[in-house]
Amino acid sequence: MTAHAAAAPRAAATEGPIGVHTQKLGMWVFLVSEVMFFTALIGSYIILRWGTNAEWPEPRTVLAIPITALNTFILICSSVSMVKAYAAATKDDQAGLKRWLLLTVLGGATFVSVQAFEYHHLIEKGFLPSSGLFGAAFYTMTGFHGFHVTCGVLSMIWVTIRAFRGKYEGGKFEGIETIGLYWHFVDLVWIILFTIVYLI
Amino acid sequence: MDAAEHKAPNYIAIWGMLAVLTVVEVAIVYFRLPRRLMILSLVFLALWKALLVALYFMHLKFEPKRLLYVVLAPLPLAVILVIVVMHGFRMP
Repeated sequence: MTAHAAAAPRAAATEGPIGVHTQKLGMWVFLVSEVMFFTALIGSYIILRWGTNAEWPEPRTVLAIPITALNTFILICSSVSMVKAYAAATKDDQAGLKRWLLLTVLGGATFVSVQAFEYHHLIEKGFLPSSGLFGAAFYTMTGFHGFHVTCGVLSMIWVTIRAFRGKYEGGKFEGIETIGLYWHFVDLVWIILFTIVYLI
Repeated sequence: MDAAEHKAPNYIAIWGMLAVLTVVEVAIVYFRLPRRLMILSLVFLALWKALLVALYFMHLKFEPKRLLYVVLAPLPLAVILVIVVMHGFRMP
C-alpha cells in the first residue's frame, strides 16, 4: 500500500531509521517479544495436547463457550472503541477521545470481571489448576492473558486521566496510538487463545 | 492530517466482520463438523480475525515496509521454537 501518505500526519511521525515515531517502534519491539512469550505458551499447549497420550477432555464439556464468546465480543468492541479514540485524537476531537477511552476502559474491565466470574464458577465446579494437564494449561494461558488485560486496563485508566487533563491536545496522539497497539495485541492474542483453548 | 483521514479504514465494518466471524466460529463448534474439518476451519477463521486486527486496528497496512519487517521477524522464530520443542518432547 502507499504507506507514506497515511503514515505521516505530522512531520515528527516519520523520524528515525524505521520511519515511525520512537514510542511506536518501542511498543512494536516489545510486542515482538510478547509474540515469543505467547508462542511458548501456545506451543506448549499444542505439544501437551497432541504430542502426548494424556487424557484430554473436550473443552466445551468443561468450559462455558457462549459466555466466553460473548466476552470475546466485548473485547473486540473495546478494540473498536480504542481505535475510535485514536481516530478522535488525530482529529484533536477531545470530547470524542475521552468518551471512547472511557468506553475502552469499561470494555476491558468487563472482560476481566467476566473472567474472574468464570474462574470462580470453574473452581466451585472442581476444575482447578491441578486438574490434570488441561487444568494447568487452561489457567496458565488464560491467567497470563488476563494479567495482560489487567495491566492494559490500569494503563488505560492512567491514559484516560491524562486525556481529561488535556495532555493529548493539539494533535499529540502518539501516546494514544502506542497504548492502542498494546490493547489490540492483547485482543489479537485472545482471538487465538479463544480458538485453541475453548473451541478446538 | 488530511492524508490520515482519507486513509482511515471503516472501523465499524471491520467490527461487523469480526462479530460475524466469531458467531461462525461458535456455530462450527455446535454443528459438530468432522473433527479435522472443524480444526482447519477454526484455525483459518482465527488467523483471519487476527489479521484483520493487525492490519486495520494496529494500522500495519498503512505502515512503512521497514516496520513490517520488524513485526514479521518473530514469526519464523516462533515456528522454529515450536518445531524444536516438539522434537525434543517424545513420549515413551
